[in-house]
Amino acid sequence: MADARAEILERLRAGGGGEAVPLPDTAVLARRTWAPAERMARLRRGMEAVHTEFLEAAPGQWPGVVLGFCRDEGFANLLYGPRCAAGQALAAAWTPRDPELIPYQDPVESFKATLFDGVAAGFTTALAGVAETGGLLLEPGPEEPRLLSLVPPVHIALLLASAIEDTLWSAMRTRGWGKGTARNSLLISGPSKTADIEQTLAYGVHGPKRLVVVLVNNL
Amino acid sequence: MHAETGFRESAAQALGDPQIRANFRRAMDGLMAKRAAQFPDPEDFQAMRHLGTAIRARSLLKLPALLEQLEASCLRNGIQVHWARTCEEGNELILGLLQARGATRLVKGKSMVSEEMGLNHFLEAHGVEALESDLGEYIIQLDQETPSHIIMPAIHKNKTQIARQFSQKIKDAKYTEDVDELTALARKVLRRKFFEADAGLSGVNFAVADTGTLCLVENEGNGRMSTHVPPLHIAVMGLEKVVETLEDVAPLYALLTRSATGQAVSTYLNLIRGPRGPGELDGPREVHLVILDNGRSRIYADPQLRATLRCIRCGACMNHCPVYTRVGGHAFQAVYPGPIGTILTPQMEGVGVRHELLHGSSLCGACAEVCPVEIPIPEIIVRLRREATHRDAASAVEGRGTGRTATEDLAWRLWAAVLSRPRVYRLAAWCATRFRRLIPGGLPLLKAWTLSRAKPVPARRSLQERVREEGLPHG
Repeated sequence: MADARAEILERLRAGGGGEAVPLPDTAVLARRTWAPAERMARLRRGMEAVHTEFLEAAPGQWPGVVLGFCRDEGFANLLYGPRCAAGQALAAAWTPRDPELIPYQDPVESFKATLFDGVAAGFTTALAGVAETGGLLLEPGPEEPRLLSLVPPVHIALLLASAIEDTLWSAMRTRGWGKGTARNSLLISGPSKTADIEQTLAYGVHGPKRLVVVLVNNL
Repeated sequence: MHAETGFRESAAQALGDPQIRANFRRAMDGLMAKRAAQFPDPEDFQAMRHLGTAIRARSLLKLPALLEQLEASCLRNGIQVHWARTCEEGNELILGLLQARGATRLVKGKSMVSEEMGLNHFLEAHGVEALESDLGEYIIQLDQETPSHIIMPAIHKNKTQIARQFSQKIKDAKYTEDVDELTALARKVLRRKFFEADAGLSGVNFAVADTGTLCLVENEGNGRMSTHVPPLHIAVMGLEKVVETLEDVAPLYALLTRSATGQAVSTYLNLIRGPRGPGELDGPREVHLVILDNGRSRIYADPQLRATLRCIRCGACMNHCPVYTRVGGHAFQAVYPGPIGTILTPQMEGVGVRHELLHGSSLCGACAEVCPVEIPIPEIIVRLRREATHRDAASAVEGRGTGRTATEDLAWRLWAAVLSRPRVYRLAAWCATRFRRLIPGGLPLLKAWTLSRAKPVPARRSLQERVREEGLPHG
């Protein structure tokens, strides 16, 4: 379809111009800023409003918090990425009589049936948080596969309070979210939801039914 | 999609359907209130939309260069890029990609461009199952309907209708009107489909030129499922969807979710920058991007009409439109209903063909007031009305001048003849005031008015006569 490409671009070149375009003024984005403690509170408010659950943990104590939660909920197992530091810390805190800790280490082609039907919850880290609206920023990849935060019915995400940025825009600028080499970047603000039937909110439509944030207060 | 009856008939039909009116009224009132709550500070809203407008306008100004940059960035990321001049070309392209890989089961995330292409029917005719996975799209696909709203495709249905439909069409489904149970039913059916799919198709909300990123905004997770579970992902976009940098996406995304559904943030913003990379365990093996023109480059050629392409498809214009909220989306008989469709459809299909749409607006301006990228929809409607009846040589509008009828032509000639001859004008005014009650309401052109309104009756005396009688100075 090289001719289609050439023709379309040709038409656009012939038809362009003829207007003055205003300059984008990002001051309205830059003035949305809060102190660290307020950022944490804002993120929490925004995310709780869309049914996200929060567990608080002191620095270094979070694997125990995740473990306790899985036990209390009676999860049969937890899926995690064994290659990242957080995954290794989690595995180190686990004991054999706890819910089974399943590493996501095989290509999805051979792991699909287990992933879809045999996993109670998935655990991932979050690269950053967004205070303004509430939301986690993730960068799935070799360490934490893309489907880890999507297919299991419960998604448990680890977030450091110090990683909460003011806005999505400032997170792109300061943390480079979406600009690096990651082939998939995600913003997640809550469990999956729909309002397609009579504008009535229903949670857990195709993605996770629950999102649980383990918030490490390291401020 | 082409109109089978006129907009007048379909609108009249919708107006006579209390179910449709109730469904839309409830939904639109809710959406308007939610949106208003997201923009409490008018100054902040204006600053945000000026920024959104500037970003979209700048993207369009640089469009050909940005599309080339997008293509190069995508290729660098391992995303293959295809171009389609027409819907037919796009459909063939996608079918070719699927057939070459023996893919017969396609799951779809929401894509209005694929609706524009009539892709589902085309694929079904060639032996590919194209299944909509967005809950609203799934609901209307079960009944073989088209979306009545670009954000909430099944907004015209209420839960009783959906409950009946699910119990009849989903295997082993019990009748229930509980929204959570209906949602769980769809989840169960579709998870199997995601699991089995050979390919996934999605739209694109924003395509970033410098990083080669495809951005998808959603709440349900079906978009992520469709684009990350199957081994093949095909994304389709209109050529106007490109922006320059990733940072451009942040304010546009904020405007989109707030304007569309009154959400400060959607559940997911999914950035796709390539197929499964080295060391990755999942994600599609291949990602393809299809860039569609379908009349957009023609719209682009006119500086005033180009603003149409700034649209980020939030649907706020329809939610606030006094016409749309009463007749609903199907009355427009177009892929894009409401105010944005009123300017987009005639430009794509021809202003003469869809002339009626242009007159199905009261020009109240509500759409322009809420548009997050300040598209002057009423001004464009007026411009297109003129294009429909004039053959201005300088314009590239599709079908310009073809909306002119012989009767109208004759009426305007008469009008011009009378008004340019003072004596004739005075005689006509005298006749109109003396025989004022005798003018038949069924006259051509006048009939269009009297169909649903009282016959206008001229005053007893013309203004000129009264001025003379009162002895007021005049010159």
